[in-house]
Amino acid sequence: MKCRVCREPAVIDLRRHNANFCIEHFLRLCRDQVAKAIAEHDMFAPEDRILIAVSGGKDSLALWDILLDMGYQVDGLYIGLGIGEYSEQSVTYVEKFVESRDVNLRIIDLPTEYGYDIPSGSRAAKRTPCSACGLSKRHLFDQAATEGGYDVVVTGHNLDDEAAVLLGNTLRWQSDYLGRQKPVLPAGHGFPRKVKPLVRLGEREMAAYCVLTGIDYIVDECPKAVGNKHLGYKEVLNLLEAQSPGSKHDFYAGFLARAVDRFASAEDETIDDRPALRPCTACGAPCSSEVCAFCRLVERATQDVPVKLGPTAKKEPTSL
Amino acid sequence: MKVELRNPNRTLEFKGTMSVVALLNRLELNRESVLVIRDGTLVPGDAMLAHEDHIEIRSVISGGNS
Ligand code: SF4
Ligand SMILES: [Zn+2]
Ligand SMILES: [Zn+2]
Repeated sequence: MKCRVCREPAVIDLRRHNANFCIEHFLRLCRDQVAKAIAEHDMFAPEDRILIAVSGGKDSLALWDILLDMGYQVDGLYIGLGIGEYSEQSVTYVEKFVESRDVNLRIIDLPTEYGYDIPSGSRAAKRTPCSACGLSKRHLFDQAATEGGYDVVVTGHNLDDEAAVLLGNTLRWQSDYLGRQKPVLPAGHGFPRKVKPLVRLGEREMAAYCVLTGIDYIVDECPKAVGNKHLGYKEVLNLLEAQSPGSKHDFYAGFLARAVDRFASAEDETIDDRPALRPCTACGAPCSSEVCAFCRLVERATQDVPVKLGPTAKKEPTSL
Repeated sequence: MKVELRNPNRTLEFKGTMSVVALLNRLELNRESVLVIRDGTLVPGDAMLAHEDHIEIRSVISGGNS
């Protein structure tokens, strides 16, 4: 196989583009796709201050590298989720990335700063781990962006993520979610602007970017992801992709070009009917009730409720 | 050749030479979901793997939805 651009030996075949690339031209393709996404969706300007949400995984580290390479000012925020070995390891990849570059990284550790971790928070709030995790991350990113005066928050969601979410939303015709599934979420109601510059690149490309640029990332999956629906949707989409390369891109890009606005308009009409947002009495974040969902999660997760056993409760075995 | 896979971590041995695509077919892996890595770099689908090669097959799918 030869590189489509220079005819030197290729290292990767991208069947969606019906082409093969050498290292240099593959990396250039990744940067070009990010530049195209930024321009196409008017994501941010060269002078903007950007906060990137980093996890230690391939997508956010690759995106950080690409944006720095393009000359943007990008600071990182990592949230320690307290998910055992997975969290212990993932932070080391972020620290290693930062070591060799002149960038700012802020780390917020849930267990030390808020007194809970995702497993305990999920149990206390009776949410799935991913739901408790998503809620915590969104809240802390919004807060950090607002406090730090950032113009925009960027995340490493890629084409596979977006196509999988789209498939899930479509299977259940969740029109409100469909209306909001855009690569740019404008600022408003006290929330920062959020953008996804990797929507033109798939996860195979992002992993390849890391391997080829020598970025070490956490390869092992978060244990809470195992067997979730999102993974199932990705597998299904990859089966389609293998039979008909380009399917994922056509599905998602076609949605953006021809469908999302139909759902978005239905969504806009309901916005005015919503109760106005007001500051959370505990943390000041905009919310629709007195105390925001994050503060309620923290409160429940850190309350030490002793387990009461009724008189009929069976005796627990004493050894495991 | 020695082939390392993860989740669960395991090493498989194959005799002789074969192409990357042939190996992935044999393992019933989808080309869209993995990368094949040899000596720290990627090998494309038509590359031939030699008997003495030591390669890693890495899944590229991550599952968090938030
Ligand atoms: S898989 Fe779920 S719990 Fe794990 S990091 Fe992703 S969202 Fe959080
Ligand atoms: Zn080339
Ligand atoms: Zn609050």
